[in-house]
Amino acid sequence: MLMRALHDEGVELIWGYPGGAVLHIYDALFKQDKVEHILVRHEQAATHAADGYARATGKPGVVLVTSGPGATNAITGIATAFMDSIPLVVISGQVDSSLIGSDGFQETDMVGISRPIVKHSFMVQNPEDIPMVVKKAFYIATTGRPGPVVIDIPKDVTDPSRKFKYQYPESVKLRSYAVPGKGHTGQIKKAVEILLAAKRPVIYTGGGVVQGEGSALLTQLAKHLGYPVTNTLMGLGAFPATDPQFLGMLGMHGTYEANMAMHFSDVVLGIGARFDDRVTNSIAKFCPGAKILHVDIDPASISKTVVADVPIVGAVTSVLEEMLELIRQSDTKVDRAAIEQWWKQIEGWRERDCLKVTPAPDDIIKPQQVIQCLYEITNGDAYVSSDVGQHQMFAAQYYKFDKPRRWINSGGLGTMGFGFPAAMGVQLAFPDAVSVCVTGEGSIQMNIQELATCLQYQLPVKIVCLNNQALGMVKQWQDMQYGGRYSHSTYSESLPDFIKLVEAYGHVGVRIDKLSELKQKMTEAFALKDRLVFIDVLVDPMEHVYPMAIKGGAMKDMYLSKTERT
Amino acid sequence: MRHIISMLLENEPGALSRVVGLFSQRNYNIESLTVAPTEDHTLSRLTITTMGDDRKIEQITKHLNKLVDVVKLVDLTEGAHIERELMLIKVKATGAQRDEIKRTTDIFRGQVVDVTSTIYSIQLVGTSEKLDGFLAAISGTTILEVARTGVSGISRGEKVLSV
Ligand SMILES: Cc1cc2nc3c(=O)[nH]c(=O)nc-3n(C[C@H](O)[C@H](O)[C@H](O)COP(=O)(O)OP(=O)(O)OC[C@H]3O[C@@H](n4cnc5c(N)ncnc54)[C@H](O)[C@@H]3O)c2cc1C
Ligand SMILES: Cc1ncc(C[n+]2csc(CCOP(=O)(O)OP(=O)(O)O)c2C)c(N)n1
Ligand SMILES: [Mg+2]
Repeated sequence: MLMRALHDEGVELIWGYPGGAVLHIYDALFKQDKVEHILVRHEQAATHAADGYARATGKPGVVLVTSGPGATNAITGIATAFMDSIPLVVISGQVDSSLIGSDGFQETDMVGISRPIVKHSFMVQNPEDIPMVVKKAFYIATTGRPGPVVIDIPKDVTDPSRKFKYQYPESVKLRSYAVPGKGHTGQIKKAVEILLAAKRPVIYTGGGVVQGEGSALLTQLAKHLGYPVTNTLMGLGAFPATDPQFLGMLGMHGTYEANMAMHFSDVVLGIGARFDDRVTNSIAKFCPGAKILHVDIDPASISKTVVADVPIVGAVTSVLEEMLELIRQSDTKVDRAAIEQWWKQIEGWRERDCLKVTPAPDDIIKPQQVIQCLYEITNGDAYVSSDVGQHQMFAAQYYKFDKPRRWINSGGLGTMGFGFPAAMGVQLAFPDAVSVCVTGEGSIQMNIQELATCLQYQLPVKIVCLNNQALGMVKQWQDMQYGGRYSHSTYSESLPDFIKLVEAYGHVGVRIDKLSELKQKMTEAFALKDRLVFIDVLVDPMEHVYPMAIKGGAMKDMYLSKTERT
Repeated sequence: MRHIISMLLENEPGALSRVVGLFSQRNYNIESLTVAPTEDHTLSRLTITTMGDDRKIEQITKHLNKLVDVVKLVDLTEGAHIERELMLIKVKATGAQRDEIKRTTDIFRGQVVDVTSTIYSIQLVGTSEKLDGFLAAISGTTILEVARTGVSGISRGEKVLSV
């Protein structure tokens, strides 16, 4: 019945791992052919894979795990999806209803454990409740601000001998759950007038524009106004990175021009972004001269950290549509002269070329060069999933995403181990696309077991490992703030031979350690279209990510290299 | 400032823990909490008193509203309202103090609801302030036990919290 409900909900693919409490469900899976199940090698990977699938497609990701350890293994993935507002439905088995609360074998209070990291959760009490619970779970996960929903099902509830009259509900109504739609027209009008009168505006957009399918409208708005655009780490791709109006990412590792423009702006239009502390730096010093216009579907995101002058609660698409319309109708016209002046100032900042890569001596590869090379050989058109660390920042800075849903990474939780399973999820969603995982030798070891899953389902993911033989991001902080004391951030003597490792899993491995060979070997690796290739690139271990915000400062306060600061 | 936030909650398993969990998760404090079913058996009414400046209270109410179990919510302290709390208090009452305590109880319009030769159990209803006042007034006596229900409240006039 659960399978039937999933199918009726339009689910084609689920990720999971069996166990006692879900055996009835797995038997039902066996007997049908409508919903495809992918067997991962660790439940955490199931959640990340479903999450990657969701980020790439916009459809909810579905996960099936057993009770106890299966459920707890899924927790990190649920938290990851929660922090980045990704729609997931996680179905966890539970011990028999009669055993709940008795510390039964493989019992954990999944609803309790997951409570702070889910949008909502259900414990199914009766078999006949399954269709409605499934319907509600998908509805809640995908509407409004998306997020993960857990359905905990005791084993007896899925017992096939407990028959009931099945009917999948057409719609659901929850009296206590309203989805914000249109924004308040008065507020939008107010925002539009401020926006049009701006002399030094910046459009700052985030993951909400990607998730809310607002990219086309955002581009239209920005083009119409001619204003500069910057994206958060989660918002990359919402506005084409190769467009001259794009300033690059903002925030802790954002570009000089994006952060300077933010600081000196007089109007900030924030759309689907949550003014995260990795963006704002010190709140007290944030954009001192700016009026803040903030569009978000979640009222709790507005004025949470930075107080908005004009709050607008609504879905990005409808608000942007209305904005565009009101701009056309308005008597106020863009102050072209002021905007031109503003652009001159921005171009001045841009000239500093903060992402310029100085080649290393001795044919040593700089990590940035790997991403530049990746960008070139994939024509900027790959799906790039990333793990967490320096490599993630380099990928964000140097891969120019022109389309939404191409850049898939864990921003809010920063989960090492996310990238590879996420890239599997992408590959299953788009079998013919190039799905790359940019990772580090640290992160990849957190879900390396998924190499087996990729063999089983023939997922030709390309893993690009920026191997700096260290937990580079940690080491960078130790360099900058702890006098270079590398407490437990290096392990070069104990790194595995990744080439042998992936070969043992039945895949292809390529090692690159000379800049002169980088492009050719990468090209060859990517030419193996049907194979998973692990590209282990030995990079300069001393490289830092710059720019980097100076803690406690304003957005304009940045280190630009090991020796320069603003 | 002190706020009294009152809400109608789906009478579902786990609903209360979501509300309480939200407060600890986001580092909001709960001064008191009362919850009981309403005349509509599918709904509970839950009232929380908490402290915070306007921005914090705004965040609290926004996050509470986001909980799928919370049907409707009101910050009673935003308007005219009635708040009540019930206190049961057991004190040592011997000798001259017996009369003194009784008198104070009368002044506060409380009732002695149980008596032994050495003990009074007193019931008092009122605002939290009044209950605090009573405790201060009898501070000279030996207090053996205090049980307070926490604040419950309702708006004055036409305004109602209902679905
Ligand atoms: C090592 C590391 C370094 C980092 N450095 C940076 C950095 O330099 N710069 C940076 O920006 N980030 C950085 N981050 C990421 C950072 O932690 C946050 O995850 C990120 O800034 C949040 O992005 P966002 O504001 O776009 O919000 P998201 O988390 O993407 O939230 C989306 C917002 O949009 C809203 N929304 C969702 N759907 C809609 C809709 N349909 N309509 C309207 N609104 C909607 C949501 O309510 C939410 O408020 C870093 C992370 C790591 C791990
Ligand atoms: C699960 C988890 N544990 C710890 C961290 C803290 N952390 C952030 S980046 C990082 C280092 C990552 O190393 P690696 O994957 O090699 O990437 P690099 O920074 O070297 O490019 C660590 C340990 C984390 N983000 N996630
Ligand atoms: Mg590393």
